[in-house]
Amino acid sequence: MELRYFSAGKSLALDTGSCIGCGRCVEVCPHAVFSINDRLAAIEVRDRCMECGACGRNCPTGAITVKSGVGCAFAIINGMVSGKEPSCDCDGPESPRKNRKACC
Amino acid sequence: MEKSRKSFGSGLTTKFTPVLSIGDKHIPKTSSTLTVRDILGRWKVRWGIGRRGFRVAPGLYAVGEPDRKSPVLVTANYKMTFDLVRQALAGIDAFILVLDTKGINVWCAAGKGTFGTAELEARITSTGLRDVVGHRELILPQLGAVGVAAHEIYAKTGFAVHYGPVRIDDIKAYIAAGMEKTPAMARVQFKLRDRLAIIPVEITQALPIVIAIAAACSLLSLPFDPAFGVRFFSRVATMLGAVAVGIVLFPPLLPYLPFRAFAAKGAILGLIWSLAAASLFRMSVPISISLALAAIPLTAFLAMQYTGASTYTNINGARIEVTRGIPIILISELLGLMGLIAERILSVRTA
Ligand code: SF4
Ligand code: SF4
Repeated sequence: MELRYFSAGKSLALDTGSCIGCGRCVEVCPHAVFSINDRLAAIEVRDRCMECGACGRNCPTGAITVKSGVGCAFAIINGMVSGKEPSCDCDGPESPRKNRKACC
Repeated sequence: MEKSRKSFGSGLTTKFTPVLSIGDKHIPKTSSTLTVRDILGRWKVRWGIGRRGFRVAPGLYAVGEPDRKSPVLVTANYKMTFDLVRQALAGIDAFILVLDTKGINVWCAAGKGTFGTAELEARITSTGLRDVVGHRELILPQLGAVGVAAHEIYAKTGFAVHYGPVRIDDIKAYIAAGMEKTPAMARVQFKLRDRLAIIPVEITQALPIVIAIAAACSLLSLPFDPAFGVRFFSRVATMLGAVAVGIVLFPPLLPYLPFRAFAAKGAILGLIWSLAAASLFRMSVPISISLALAAIPLTAFLAMQYTGASTYTNINGARIEVTRGIPIILISELLGLMGLIAERILSVRTA
């Protein structure tokens, strides 16, 4: 069963004009959002994008822009309370929320 | 700082006595099998016991008998991650380049930028990697791509970055295929095992909530008459049940619950539990409704918190959950508590 969230991939934008078809975006995306058709990248399934920012950071020509951030309610509440950017408290040596993502 | 240095001492470094020498570089050797101590440490992490200092000294390590042609794998200095990497490399001769991610796993550290371009570049230089291997290729975990710009690493160090599989279990197949991954290897999942993984830590963190609920429920069950115990039990069991449902049942059931918002999924579970509790403890309708209004938001809130452990939520959606969900959660909680207080006052008055 494929899990989907709402408001997915809203900020993801691809400028095909500056794409050189290197395939890096396909290589880094954990949700198979991109595909390469006719030597150019295309956004295949935007609805799966979690805005992690991996594609934008690794596109060598800057063809991809995405506003990345952590999709974590705790981080957002943290940010609201402290008045800063949303941030997990996973830095703290004692933090119980450290390393919560089990996959890595 | 002193603390982290001490933790290195209690970590792995002390055991790395065997050394592999290439040129003037002496690289500590590590094993692809875990010791009893490693396994015990992992169990403790799972249950949130003494997680401090669960890290490996950053630097270059050798697995097996690598030579100048052997692959170099980059990873984080969270010991659990390091252990998984060296275990997965059983039978392969390779180098592991450990970045200083402050004991945080690859994905979380990449999001923070500690598993990042600058640290990788600095670590390549400080370990003298160029003199250890003859090739100029690195294998990074795919999820590290959030923090590393491959083209910048190439421009600055001459090393070409290959993003390997998401899961370290696929590393052997990936290397055997000539550093080619199948589409499945590139997909992050959120399988039952992944979803269950953080439940133990969440349970150990729930103690303050349990105490607060027990205290609130005893107040809401006053006065101290012969029926106090019965009232207290039904209230506290309903509320604690809602917490248990949010922590233990929500993760496995996540894919099967309707709605995409986690708080809404949690509310469904909370509602089902409240109905079950009402009939189980034979409570009157007004009490059941008040208790449900107080219990459902607990489950919904815990479910919403679980967004941080998931592997597919985005920040914009999570922000919407928080800004719309929190007011509803608070109002419902307040109404529920008011209902329960009113019921007590009325019944004392009429009696
Ligand atoms: S990474 Fe950038 S240049 Fe390369 S294929 Fe994707 S969009 Fe095109
Ligand atoms: S932001 Fe992340 S999930 Fe979205 S397309 Fe880019 S790599 Fe894929």
